[in-house]
Amino acid sequence: MSNVIRVDQVSKRFRIGLVHQRYQTLSEKISNTLSAPLRTFRRIQTPKTDSEDTIWALRDISFDVPQGQILGIIGRNGAGKSTLLKILSRITEPTEGSITIRGRVGSLLEVGTGFHPELTGRENIYLNGAILGMKRTEIERKFDEIIAFSEIEKFIDTPVKRYSSGMYLRLAFAVAAHLEPEILVVDEVLAVGDAEFQKKCLGKMGDVAQQGRTVLFVSHNMSAILRLTHESIVLANGRMVMRAPSGEAVDFYLSAGNPKAGERVWEAAEIPADAAPFCPIAVRLLDKKGKVVDTIRSTEQFTIEVEYSLSSPLTGLRIGIYLSTTRGEYVFTSFDTDDAGKFEEIGSRSAGRYVSRCRVPADLLNNGYFILSINASSYRIRRYFQDEQALTFTVNTDGAPGSQWAEPRLGLVRPRFDWTIDKVE
Amino acid sequence: MIRDNNFKTDPDVITIRAMRGWSSLNLRDLWKYRELLYFMVWRDIKVRYKQAVLGIAWAILLPVVNIVIFSFVFGILLKQNQGGVNYPLLSAVGLLPWGLFAGALQRCSSSLVGNTNLITKVYFPRLIIPVASVLSGLVDFGISSLVVFSLMIYFRAPLSWSMLWLLPLTLLVLLTSLAVGLWLSALNVQYRDVQYIVPFLITTWMYASPVAYSASLVTGRILRIVYGLNPMAGVIQGFRWAIMGGDPPGELFVVSIIMVLVLFISGLFYFRRMERTFADTI
Repeated sequence: MSNVIRVDQVSKRFRIGLVHQRYQTLSEKISNTLSAPLRTFRRIQTPKTDSEDTIWALRDISFDVPQGQILGIIGRNGAGKSTLLKILSRITEPTEGSITIRGRVGSLLEVGTGFHPELTGRENIYLNGAILGMKRTEIERKFDEIIAFSEIEKFIDTPVKRYSSGMYLRLAFAVAAHLEPEILVVDEVLAVGDAEFQKKCLGKMGDVAQQGRTVLFVSHNMSAILRLTHESIVLANGRMVMRAPSGEAVDFYLSAGNPKAGERVWEAAEIPADAAPFCPIAVRLLDKKGKVVDTIRSTEQFTIEVEYSLSSPLTGLRIGIYLSTTRGEYVFTSFDTDDAGKFEEIGSRSAGRYVSRCRVPADLLNNGYFILSINASSYRIRRYFQDEQALTFTVNTDGAPGSQWAEPRLGLVRPRFDWTIDKVE
Repeated sequence: MIRDNNFKTDPDVITIRAMRGWSSLNLRDLWKYRELLYFMVWRDIKVRYKQAVLGIAWAILLPVVNIVIFSFVFGILLKQNQGGVNYPLLSAVGLLPWGLFAGALQRCSSSLVGNTNLITKVYFPRLIIPVASVLSGLVDFGISSLVVFSLMIYFRAPLSWSMLWLLPLTLLVLLTSLAVGLWLSALNVQYRDVQYIVPFLITTWMYASPVAYSASLVTGRILRIVYGLNPMAGVIQGFRWAIMGGDPPGELFVVSIIMVLVLFISGLFYFRRMERTFADTI
């Protein structure tokens, strides 16, 4: 099989100034220019270290993609996934290295790019299709199919500003799903929309694979990665740390994220600036004796604690924990102010350091590998912080109900039920 | 690693790497994306008239109001219409290319920033954005032309073959606004000060162009050449000549065209040079 994409030692450097301060004003530029000789002089005196004001979003990435492969790209937020896709889509240039691509590239970094609220659904299909690189005749040919896929036939001549967000996404995805490039680059676009529509989209993506086209696929949804891709690369801090069959890559990604098992401590650099006034400190998994562990016994209760600080008072804050499996299925969601009485009572939290503890009862989880996400938000107001993979842990079911039989048990939970056996006749 | 040679010869192969210095214009890519250009122009026009109650009537109303105001202020109060000059027609013919130019320049300079979501999410030749914003002014221009045409009929101004010159002259207006617009739109990505400068620039530029007055008021060879450095001076003069007759624009016009070409070509290369950092800086 021949390679259709060759990525050769690609690096991308950003000036930190570009991250925080999006553009310069002319007067700053003028004063910078005027003071430039002085700075050059200073720089000669003190040897320059380039790490001060620049960050490498990608460093020495090299890989080939053979035709017809669906390659998954996984990594934590900020690992460089999006930057890599942007370079592959020719939106931005690499600082070093080169990429050779054979074939027409279609990229989907977002669904509905270029949708205009004033235009009707019909008009937006044409516009969006053209923006994604479809020919007019191609759009006309697929038009009925696109409308059928979107399930919004009735509203096709209504301006999209009157659409519900669900309808908007359906239409946007319908156009995107009918893009037929030889190489498709897809970012986390499936994370939106309701479950049923997501399933439909995943199905469509699977079809694309059947047709022998090459796909690069970024997702946080490990079940989608496992289902759609055979092979994946793992990015961490801008470097490619692994390329392996997806099952192996997913396991590596999930376990490698937490060198200190059972505890995750956030460093200042990992906390986005817009999280303020919320500042996450750590999340820990404790067994019933209060020891930090990475494996819990299903027959014992355990505690999840989230430590954080607030730099100013916050009203309506809630700390949420989400437990899911590596396949992306959710087990439960819980907030520290789920109790209506407690929510009323706490109302506002003053500035300071806090710990929210959740005691999880014994006999709840089945054995396996679980992912804990945490989230801090004020309902319908703002989400301050989110980490979709704050912690991972294993559950050991020794001594759980039914462990006398050494067979795997289906299901995510392993409850201890009250059975009675009566002889009725 | 084995290098397969067809990687390099196949026309469908693209190589992505850091470009240094000035890059080529890559007109082939622009041609490949011509349908997108069409859709962008179509979108701009559609959206502009969609929510306005008066819709297309605005395109008639604005030039008419301008002609009336100009005729009153300059024609009657400042007595520009002495010596047999038909001032309403003179100002209407001046306002016609000026309206196209000013509108195109205004839209063009903010076009990149206004399409941030496209620039950061999809690849296409970025030149399409400013070009589309300039072309979308043609509908308004067509309607304004009808207003001028009606005035000509009303004043019984004779039609002549020289009116055919309006076609290349209109192209020159578009080229001029694109030339300046390319510079301003690319600069605006990096320095948002540009958006404050543009309205001021347009007002100043209008008085430096023979919109409200006749270019024949500017006399003296040197002064006329300096005046011709303003490309719109030659163009508006050309419009007046094509519609109303009189002196054809001579040396004034040659200077204007050279000026436009210099601005346009330098603008194109500047744009191409800045283009690759748009997504990072916008």
